[in-house]
Amino acid sequence: MSKRIDVNNLNVFYGSFLAVEDVSLSIEAKSVTAFIGPSGCGKSTFLRTLNRMHEVIPGARVEGEVLMDGLNLYDPQIDPVAVRRHVGMVFQRPNPFPTMSIAENVLAGVKLNNKRISKGDAEELVESSLRGANLWEEVKDRLDKPGSSLSGGQQQRLCIARAIAIKPDVLLMDEPCSALDPISTLAIEDLIQELKSEYTIVIVTHNMQQAARVSEKTAFFNIAGTGKPGKLIEMDDTTTIFSAPAEKATEDYISGRFG
Amino acid sequence: MTVTEKSGAEKVELTAHRRSVANGVFTGASAAAASLILVVLAAVAAFLLTEAWPALTMDAAELGDRISWIKPEDGQSLIQVTGYLVFGTVLIATMALLIATPLSIGIALFISHYAPRRLASGLGYIIDLLAAIPSVVYGLWGSIVLIPVLQPFYDFLGTYLGWFPLFATDPTTGTVSATGRVALSASLVLAIMVIPIISSVSREVFLQTPKLHEEAALAMGATRWEMIRMAVFPFGRSGVIGATMLGLGRALGETMAVYMILSVGLSYSWNVLLSGKHNTIASYIAGQFPEANAIGVSALIAMGLALFIITLLVNMAARWIVSRRSEFSGAN
Ligand SMILES: Nc1ncnc2c1ncn2[C@@H]1O[C@H](COP(=O)(O)OP(=O)(O)OP(=O)(O)O)[C@@H](O)[C@H]1O
Ligand SMILES: [Mg+2]
Repeated sequence: MSKRIDVNNLNVFYGSFLAVEDVSLSIEAKSVTAFIGPSGCGKSTFLRTLNRMHEVIPGARVEGEVLMDGLNLYDPQIDPVAVRRHVGMVFQRPNPFPTMSIAENVLAGVKLNNKRISKGDAEELVESSLRGANLWEEVKDRLDKPGSSLSGGQQQRLCIARAIAIKPDVLLMDEPCSALDPISTLAIEDLIQELKSEYTIVIVTHNMQQAARVSEKTAFFNIAGTGKPGKLIEMDDTTTIFSAPAEKATEDYISGRFG
Repeated sequence: MTVTEKSGAEKVELTAHRRSVANGVFTGASAAAASLILVVLAAVAAFLLTEAWPALTMDAAELGDRISWIKPEDGQSLIQVTGYLVFGTVLIATMALLIATPLSIGIALFISHYAPRRLASGLGYIIDLLAAIPSVVYGLWGSIVLIPVLQPFYDFLGTYLGWFPLFATDPTTGTVSATGRVALSASLVLAIMVIPIISSVSREVFLQTPKLHEEAALAMGATRWEMIRMAVFPFGRSGVIGATMLGLGRALGETMAVYMILSVGLSYSWNVLLSGKHNTIASYIAGQFPEANAIGVSALIAMGLALFIITLLVNMAARWIVSRRSEFSGAN
């Protein structure tokens, strides 16, 4: 169950401040799409509009539409809570619930959707989700220990397990490796490669090599200056973006980072 | 500006020294402040114990002779009177807390997570003001305004829920107290008095829930209430328990409001709608102290000691509850 996303003419505002202007793009099902661009250009802001998480911030709002398999997520009849059950999210800093055990963390989202899950099903789901997040072998003997007792990289994989346990259609990741060491980063990148056979994945990253390694498509966002809105400059196959981008700005950004 | 190497080195040494002095002073000062608390606590305990000693060690019959309010002819002794009072104190304070805690948590949550920002800050300010009202004003308001309002409600409870032990009517008259000066009134006024304390501390705790955890819950498709149960309550648990203990401390020790509201008596009665059945330690001490002789004062202090011990036990219980799952507190 994975879905494609089409964004048409999306503007995002914080109060009266236009943070992201007129973005239109398509995200393919069962693929990895990377968002790159300088700090403050609105990557996180835009990403959060894909599961309506921006609505958590007072004053944040959008204009335009986001279609998930043709269904407009901003239709007045759509419940943002339901959207988030289909579009999962992994944050920059690992955020397992400190008061829950490892197993409880994995089940947290499932318990919301489906209060009565049998003990056997729950155990099975914990195992399959943790295996899915490449964490099972490391934690199988201490599932009842608090989630915060894990290392940063393990915590991040726990968060991924928690997100995939509810079987979302789309998985959004906002710089999921920026707080991690290179080994944990590689583990997560491998994981992303495996997950894309089942999920549509969107990842924000500051790491060019990471974007090049994991994604099929790359979107480059830029900002003209402070106080100006961020814009989508171009989006193309990752290999094209990194070898022969159409726009000068993209090339400058990429070569600046590499050079 | 150029400095020779030597004077540069001296400067470094000097600043380091100054900083370590400041550091030492501060460490000393905070350690002193912390030990002061212990000293005060020990001093209070020692005072209570020495002053209560004459009454505690005196022969029961002699004590009954010398203190007018201990009536051996009714089978009373100091221990027994204190027992009644401990019961009354704990009963009234517990009821107050049972009423105040859910309300306070609701108020705190409304302010921290539901109300629009402007309304929230206004409400928070009003609640903080409520905490500043002196208890004698609460006592006056309770007995003049609140009790007449509550009386018909008590009648209703007695008539329709009289089978429930707490709301039982007087077996001879078949009605509840006509004055409304009953334990439940005292508890209600105490509840109103402690709501500002519990809710303002809880509000601060709830506001400090990490955004990270709130967003984690919301991003999984939690509703606001589910997010609160998942992220806010577990995070705020120990804080709310602490807040409740603060409230309980105030409810246990409150003197004036209870003294002005309650029609007092001594018994182990659960009938909180009957007057002349209960009293609290603090209110009893306040009532008897002006008339008490030397040994009477000593006996009253013994009761104060009992109150002190109750408060201590309650606090220890709270600590135990908080520490039970400290591994999961998220402190790391
Ligand atoms: N909660 C907020 N309220 C108001 N403005 C915000 C808020 N969050 C972000 N912004 C503004 O929106 C713009 C885009 O921010 P955003 O966080 O989306 O950038 P980003 O591309 O994710 O940057 P980074 O790479 O540093 O994470 C910035 O100008 C930022 O100041
Ligand atoms: Mg960002």
